[in-house]
Amino acid sequence: MSEGKQKIEVPVMADLFAKGEKPEYLLWIGSAGAFDDRYKKVTRAFVKILTHLNISYAVLGVEESSSGDVARRAGNEMLFQMQAMTNIEIMNSYEVKKIITCDPHAFNTFKNEYPDYDGNYEVIHHTQFLQQLITEGKIKIDSDLFKDKIITYHDPCYLGRANGEYNAPREVLAAIPSKKVEMKRNKSNALCCGAGGGQMFKEAEKGDKEIFIERTEDALETGANIIVTACPYCMVMMTDGLKYKNKEEEIKNYDIAELIEQSLEL
Amino acid sequence: MINSIIFVLLLIAAIAFFSWNVKKISRNIKLGRDIDIKDNRKKRWGLVFKVAIFQSKMIGLPISGILHIFVYAGFILVNIEMLEVMVDGIAGTHRALSFFGFLYPIAISAFEFFALLVIIGCLVFLARRNVVRTNRFWKPEMKWWPRLDANLILITEVVLMTSIFFMNASDVILQSRGFGHYDKVGSFFLSSFFIPMLTNLPSETLVFIERTCWWLHIVGIFIFLNYIPYSKHFHVFLSFINVFYSKLEPVGKIANMPSITKEVKSMLTGEEPPMDDDAEEVAFGAQDVKQLTWKHLMDSYTCTECGRCTRVCPANITGKKLSPRKVMMDARDRLELTGKNIDKHDADYSDDKSLFDYISAEELWACTTCNACTNACPVNIDQVSLILELRRYIVMEQAAAPGELNAIFNNIENNGAPWQFSQDDRMLWAEELYINEK
Repeated sequence: MSEGKQKIEVPVMADLFAKGEKPEYLLWIGSAGAFDDRYKKVTRAFVKILTHLNISYAVLGVEESSSGDVARRAGNEMLFQMQAMTNIEIMNSYEVKKIITCDPHAFNTFKNEYPDYDGNYEVIHHTQFLQQLITEGKIKIDSDLFKDKIITYHDPCYLGRANGEYNAPREVLAAIPSKKVEMKRNKSNALCCGAGGGQMFKEAEKGDKEIFIERTEDALETGANIIVTACPYCMVMMTDGLKYKNKEEEIKNYDIAELIEQSLEL
Repeated sequence: MINSIIFVLLLIAAIAFFSWNVKKISRNIKLGRDIDIKDNRKKRWGLVFKVAIFQSKMIGLPISGILHIFVYAGFILVNIEMLEVMVDGIAGTHRALSFFGFLYPIAISAFEFFALLVIIGCLVFLARRNVVRTNRFWKPEMKWWPRLDANLILITEVVLMTSIFFMNASDVILQSRGFGHYDKVGSFFLSSFFIPMLTNLPSETLVFIERTCWWLHIVGIFIFLNYIPYSKHFHVFLSFINVFYSKLEPVGKIANMPSITKEVKSMLTGEEPPMDDDAEEVAFGAQDVKQLTWKHLMDSYTCTECGRCTRVCPANITGKKLSPRKVMMDARDRLELTGKNIDKHDADYSDDKSLFDYISAEELWACTTCNACTNACPVNIDQVSLILELRRYIVMEQAAAPGELNAIFNNIENNGAPWQFSQDDRMLWAEELYINEK
């Protein structure tokens, strides 16, 4: 164990339940959060924040399975509903009431689509949760880490247009001392990163350009040196875009949770 | 007398033919699957006021938005004058509403002002389409008929509005000469600028111009009314209704398929699904218009091909074939043909074609479901929902999903993630996780 560091044992729902404990929140990791090397860092950053603030939460661990978002949007309704009903059965067996997730796709599916199969939860995106903690004064940032940085925020479609959440991420960013710039296409007019609706997992159709390059150009145009996202797909796409433009050294791509983690020096 | 008879006959013919066409469109829309959209009437009326009547979403593009409000408001207000035209036409009177006295020239002057706004709007629109060549009007789906249709509408509106000015100007000159039945009703502001152009003409010629413009205006409107059902311009009627039936749920929600819920439940519980004798055999998704809902079909007839959806579509912006506007136009064209086939043959006639002869898999698979199109649509058309119904058919009925997507379906089924990682490894991210002690 490293000096001055404390190991985090991530609480798992089944273990807590066996002990007769019931956490306040279920933290939904999502497939990308569990398996994508880049997004695992975001999961870890957010878990550190939860631990730091003593939030009562647990994960499903190996009982978690794909939310079905991508299956549904790729047209496989059968598979989506199988996933939905299986997940709901597990979550209801743990009497889950509130779900936090870093994935806007899972957020959207749980919030808007699971109620059709008796999965009724209060669903919170991690940017909304962070905003709430900031408003309540539980997170205070006095770090100068990003003071000289220019930050631009890319709206994930499934948080923004799909659910009208444009403010929470921006308010979290406002709490981090730094300069903020908007891309020319932002909020409800934001351009998709190109990964939704199953695109993440397939070659793009023939065209003159990849969508993620078009969006990366929007971000580069702002002169920002940090591109912030709040979605695992957007993260992959913007990272690829920066690599394509050979900008990955000068310009960094972070999730909002990572900025908070770094600001709080967790 | 004879004029009144001709007028009444034209009026009856125009209304009858229009109703006949509207009935046909309504019949076509009802070919779609039934869905129940009756909830939350208050919110729906609110949307009709905001989005349809006050055109809140048009302002997203300010230039065309404001000009469109000119044309829209102008055209509606100018047509209040139709009331007088009707009375004059039926009763054989001349300017029957002039008994309003001093208010009359004020009202007519106001109508002239709105007519001018319509003319300005239409001329700028014509320039944007044909001279400036605004990108969204020059996409591949905007050839021949769609382009001609738009120009015909704009030119007709300019002609209809211009006729008002010549009619009024001739009328005022004839009034000043005390000619025939042209009694003094006052002068009108904007058309007075046309007087110098006409003032040297003999009274008989002026009567001819005045009468010609009157008939041109009214017959033009009758013709225009009956052109609309054959045109994208049908949005002038349907947009209000379509907005009333807007999707009220968050944009990101995709419509549930209850038929599949039954199957999945029985798969998970191992019980036979409850027998429902009334249940029709429903396809999973849609390959043709009858498998879409009536709302999808209404969407397609409401589309006026403005291309605001295609303009913001990430796939289209980056040169892919997908254009949400084309998807709506294709659905409408297919529906029109289906309707014609029903008229020619019978209700069950099949031409062995489907929507897939209009919309290719390449277009459908390029959609990221980002909802930029639905967000941009000024009349709340849901393009994504239609695209999804076709995807569902390809995946579940034809088992013809792209290979990469089949791979992720298999992965999700077998190991609960789109990638080929074991479900048992879902906690590996949490290993060796430390936090700085504070």
